[in-house]
Amino acid sequence: MRESTLWLFHLLAGAVLLTVLGVHYGVMHLSNLFGIDHATVLSFSSVSGRSGRFFYLVVYLVLLPAALYHGLYGLRSLIFELSFIGLVLRRWISRILILSGSGFLIYGAYAIIAGFLG
Amino acid sequence: MAADIKQLEKKYVGKEVEFRLLRFAPDKDRAPYFQSFRIKLSQGMTVLDALMRIKETQDPTLSYRKSCRMGICGSCAMQVNGFPKLTCQTQVTELNTDKPIEVRPLANFPILRDLVPDLRNFLKAHESIKPYVIREDAEELDHPTGEFYQSPKELEKYLQFAYCIKCGACLAACPTNATDHEFLGPQALAAAYRYVADSRDQGLEQRLEAVDGPNGIFRCHYAGACSEACPKGVDPSLGIQLLKREILKYRVGAAHKKPAPLAVTPKGLKRREGIPLPPEKTVGQ
Ligand code: SF4
Repeated sequence: MRESTLWLFHLLAGAVLLTVLGVHYGVMHLSNLFGIDHATVLSFSSVSGRSGRFFYLVVYLVLLPAALYHGLYGLRSLIFELSFIGLVLRRWISRILILSGSGFLIYGAYAIIAGFLG
Repeated sequence: MAADIKQLEKKYVGKEVEFRLLRFAPDKDRAPYFQSFRIKLSQGMTVLDALMRIKETQDPTLSYRKSCRMGICGSCAMQVNGFPKLTCQTQVTELNTDKPIEVRPLANFPILRDLVPDLRNFLKAHESIKPYVIREDAEELDHPTGEFYQSPKELEKYLQFAYCIKCGACLAACPTNATDHEFLGPQALAAAYRYVADSRDQGLEQRLEAVDGPNGIFRCHYAGACSEACPKGVDPSLGIQLLKREILKYRVGAAHKKPAPLAVTPKGLKRREGIPLPPEKTVGQ
């Protein structure tokens, strides 16, 4: 895939992150904004309660790939720009990152869906 | 002004200044080292003049590149006190002459010998972006029947980027190039924009091969050091950002470019008396 397409996704993932992290921040750190008590927001019942709601299923399923893509693309850029490596090694690094990212995505999506289904 | 120059001359002419030059002969040295030379300043002396004086009077083996000596050919760019500069345009009096003046070959380039950088990859990068007008009507390019129309406004879009003399100073200043030797570099990318922004050109897609790869334009983080270093007033970092925009527009299908048409010669106009005839046509006969 062309670098411009990857870069465009990076920007879009950044925009998505800003939105869903805004939701996360509102729920987790701004007391009572969504009717949730700040003190109990991290208790097991609150976490599992949220996991079972459709709204959070969607939020987490959007957040997971966006965060993974944004982070791994950033990591790839850092490696390329700071490690003096040649083009062949670059290709391998991209492949490893795609594979590990896909693994994290499948595992994360499984956890989110399992949490939703209870 | 004249008084200022007189005062400067009084202060500097005849003053002895130390130059620390990086030396490296690949056939006998393991690593580069500094060697000091002392010379007396003369009126209007540039760093390049000083190097020539050292070569003529103290060490004929000193190697450096130079040609025009007037800031046009781009051969004599070197690191002067840590900054990439055209040595033919850098007056010694601009520098602190109380301390040794350090001259090295351009940073981010391999060294061939002494102050001579190896420009091969740099020029290859320039070549890779196809630095010429590309059009679909190749027949017109091969056998031109006239000139392509271009308005002054269209010319303005790329003119500053056409002033590049390929001296390599921007690449020597680029922090991405310092840690990523595969990065295409500001010169090649700004040159790519120079052609993409040219109303006569249709070659964006062909240039993507070089520009839009993993070591291409998206490795630039807009540090802007290239623009500060450029001795010709080109702003490569601006060109790079504008090229990113053109590429993204192309990717989302928003790049509509009609290439410049052939200019129409106005009809029915008469030559005023006393105006000489134009030279013979060189194309379209
Ligand atoms: S853009 Fe400026 S600094 Fe870079 S090669 Fe061209 S003239 Fe030299």
